[in-house]
Amino acid sequence: MTIVANKPEPLIYELGAPGRIGAELPKCDVPITRLPNRLLRDDLKLPEVSEVDVVRHFTRLSQKNYCVDLGIYPLGSCTMKYNPKVNEEAVKLPGLAQIHPYQDEGSAQGALQMLYELQRMLGEICGLPGVTLQPAAGAQGELTGILIVRAYHLARGDAKRKKVLVPDSAHGTNPATSSMSGYQVVQIKSDARGNVDLDDLRKHADGETVGLMLTNPNTLGLFEENIQEVCRIVHAAGGLVYGDGANLNAIVGIARPGDLGIDVLHSNLHKTFSVPHGGGGPGAGAVMVRQDLAKFLPGPIVVKVGGARRSARYAFAMPKQSIGRVKSFYGNFLALVRAYVYIRAFGKEHLHEIAENAVINANYLLARLKDTYHAPFGARRCKHEFVLTGKPFADKYGVHTLDIAKRIQDYGFYPPTIYFPLTVPECIMIEPTESESKASLDEFAAALLKIAEEAATNPQVLKDAPHDAPVTRLDDVKAAREPVLCYKG
Amino acid sequence: MSHRFIPNTDADRAAMLKTIGVESVKDLFLDVPAETLYPKLNLPRALSELDLLREMQALSARNANLNEHACFLGAGAYNHFIPATVPHLVFRSEFYTAYTPYQAEISQGTLQTIFEYQSMICALTGMDAANASHYDGATAAAEGAILAINQLPGRDKVLVCPTLHPEYRATIRTYLAGHAIRIVGDEDTRATFEQMVDKHLDDKTACVIVANPDFLGQMRDLKPYAERAHAAGALFIVSAYPISLGLYKAPGEYGADVVVGEGQALGNPVAFGGPYLGIFATKTQFIRRMAGRLVGQTTDTKGRRGFVLTLQAREQHIRREKATSNICSNQALCALAACVFLATLGKSGLRQVAELCYHKAHYAANKINRLPGYRVNMKQEFFNEFVVECPRPVAEINAALRGQNIVGGYDLSKEYPHLGNAMLVAVTEMNTRDQIDSFAKALGEIKAKKRKT
Repeated sequence: MTIVANKPEPLIYELGAPGRIGAELPKCDVPITRLPNRLLRDDLKLPEVSEVDVVRHFTRLSQKNYCVDLGIYPLGSCTMKYNPKVNEEAVKLPGLAQIHPYQDEGSAQGALQMLYELQRMLGEICGLPGVTLQPAAGAQGELTGILIVRAYHLARGDAKRKKVLVPDSAHGTNPATSSMSGYQVVQIKSDARGNVDLDDLRKHADGETVGLMLTNPNTLGLFEENIQEVCRIVHAAGGLVYGDGANLNAIVGIARPGDLGIDVLHSNLHKTFSVPHGGGGPGAGAVMVRQDLAKFLPGPIVVKVGGARRSARYAFAMPKQSIGRVKSFYGNFLALVRAYVYIRAFGKEHLHEIAENAVINANYLLARLKDTYHAPFGARRCKHEFVLTGKPFADKYGVHTLDIAKRIQDYGFYPPTIYFPLTVPECIMIEPTESESKASLDEFAAALLKIAEEAATNPQVLKDAPHDAPVTRLDDVKAAREPVLCYKG
Repeated sequence: MSHRFIPNTDADRAAMLKTIGVESVKDLFLDVPAETLYPKLNLPRALSELDLLREMQALSARNANLNEHACFLGAGAYNHFIPATVPHLVFRSEFYTAYTPYQAEISQGTLQTIFEYQSMICALTGMDAANASHYDGATAAAEGAILAINQLPGRDKVLVCPTLHPEYRATIRTYLAGHAIRIVGDEDTRATFEQMVDKHLDDKTACVIVANPDFLGQMRDLKPYAERAHAAGALFIVSAYPISLGLYKAPGEYGADVVVGEGQALGNPVAFGGPYLGIFATKTQFIRRMAGRLVGQTTDTKGRRGFVLTLQAREQHIRREKATSNICSNQALCALAACVFLATLGKSGLRQVAELCYHKAHYAANKINRLPGYRVNMKQEFFNEFVVECPRPVAEINAALRGQNIVGGYDLSKEYPHLGNAMLVAVTEMNTRDQIDSFAKALGEIKAKKRKT
């Protein structure tokens, strides 16, 4: 971090001066019309700053952020991989950025073709040929998927199903999605090897089961060893298996969820397919389904009309028994452009190398760390991520996972996901992705091993961490008790 | 040889596999059913960066872009000026390659910009708190309805105005499909607000959702409507167009409980429909029922100001099935664009943009209204969008306009058939007088052509 980064930066409202402007607009070149005064506002509390103020302010703020372009960002289940620069060149092209969603289909054939090809490629990669690109994020993909499952049951005249089965290691979005869809959530236990507990699943899978929401590999980074049996049990009860594709990066190009027995899947294109996370979004949450479920997809989706390659035309169409639309227009289009570019960059020759390297990297880090940090599932090979527990450090030295995470910042890295999954106490969840080299992983491992030493020799240095960040630890309790959510000045 | 986005070499991989204690990478996938491994994928071959760029340029070239066309199309997505500061700052790696700011100490850049964004949205809408963004205007409206339903248990009706964007109404229906909630009010697209509330508003109504300006461009004083909703105990939700708020009263001033809206116009390109930005703001009393991320101000252990994600007990990662929403990823980078946009334009700039839209739209409306065969209701209050009754089907007119590099307005015939051959025309500061004159001239000629035949 530079010196500038650690200087407090005023709020934009505290900069500038009355009358200062940051933009000049063209003079009005048409006759003036009388304004409807009774409908107008008196004042507008926006900043008054120059262009220079704006650029310096946001540049300084940017320096208070860690980012993938600085180094490893090992947040488990977030897949913080490198965002190729060519993606960002593509989205600036005027024929992609400067086209209106309602302009005539005939004047946007390039965009429609791109969407069509992306639908097809994602369907092929996931082994589930029905595809919608409309959902804006993973969680919205989940809602879409569960509503499709609901539509499937209702179309069969089966209205009695009301339980969605969710493993205890699932992301919080899974149970939240089930509630949003109007269903009850039944939590399914994990067994000692980190798989879905088959006895518990059999106990709960019955005529009232809507389906199972399964993340595979799960949030422990473990591939579901009984995947085919899990799907068989749910299908035998008349339910469908919803695949949460948050962890698709572990198997992309190596195994297809559809071939494993998954019926409906979402993929976070901002994870596996390199759309940048943007400080929290925008992402994209494409949903892929079995062919017989394609009629329920939200729309419009893109279809090919008219014959041969050369004369092919593309059009929007609403699937016959569509659940409706889940947002306006067709999805986060520019995010979809990036995913398209990414898949084309790898092609059929290289796609599997993503998962191979992601899994090698995770297993390598696990091997480097598991003798020092306790790995509850260390006896198994992990996939793209793995979990450690900080519990021994807490018990022995009073140093918690939070302290370890904060200390990691002092070594110049972003910390892993912590305290998730909830089933592992003092959990540390690490996902290095394929974007890291062995050298980068060695540096990160060295820092974690050094921190483990410090926990024993100088626990206070962990408890007071971070020492070098723009701010020290922040008071979360105060923020929640006396919420200050906007500038009042 | 490795792929260019994967830094490990064969030697790296060999050394790592040795440390792991396996012979080959295949040994790491033994728990995957063997018959499913390494499927033959029907995908195109890999492309170099140069080939990729050529491919994308070719796709781009097959679309009519608004840099080369005069655009009079809006209907929820608007072509506004984006100052150079916006792309320049938003495309900084530190912003666009960062994650959701869970580790606050090294995410202060994102957190402070979201706090500033929230502050600007509060100023625009007249609300007390705004979230860090929703997916878009449609989903923000749906979450607004859910807030009202949760706030008022026992009330099972949501009233939507027929002139709320058709896609927002459709999205609200999808979101509430699994719940015993009745969504009413838009059965008759001709119904006025008064007719709609007379028919439906009662003690079972959780909220009334109305747009201002509405989908057909009309701008209203909604205060009496808010009062009617409140008298029935319902929440009043307004979907607003943020550029208009540079000029018009904040919905908070006339009684809104929740303000939602499509924030795309604030520094985000039209981009074929996304990514956009859902504005979601409300009053203090409803903060704990809000969906989405919220950033709050606090202090660090040395007493310095800092920012954190706060009130997370509403959210899915804490509350799971009891959360206010399942939202996790949002549209943070679009919110940053809005923040930089609003900072750059500032107090006077946003007003100027809004006034330019207003004057140019009124100039265009007057001009078109004088064309034989065309009519605009000039008595109706509007901001920058208005309905034009046309002498021929809008699809035909738009096809003819395309030949003159003009993207015509939105064809209302499907969603509002009672309006006949009606085109929804949007005008922004991007439209020069020359463009408007050419547009009017082209429309006039289309009528003339018909007469000759």
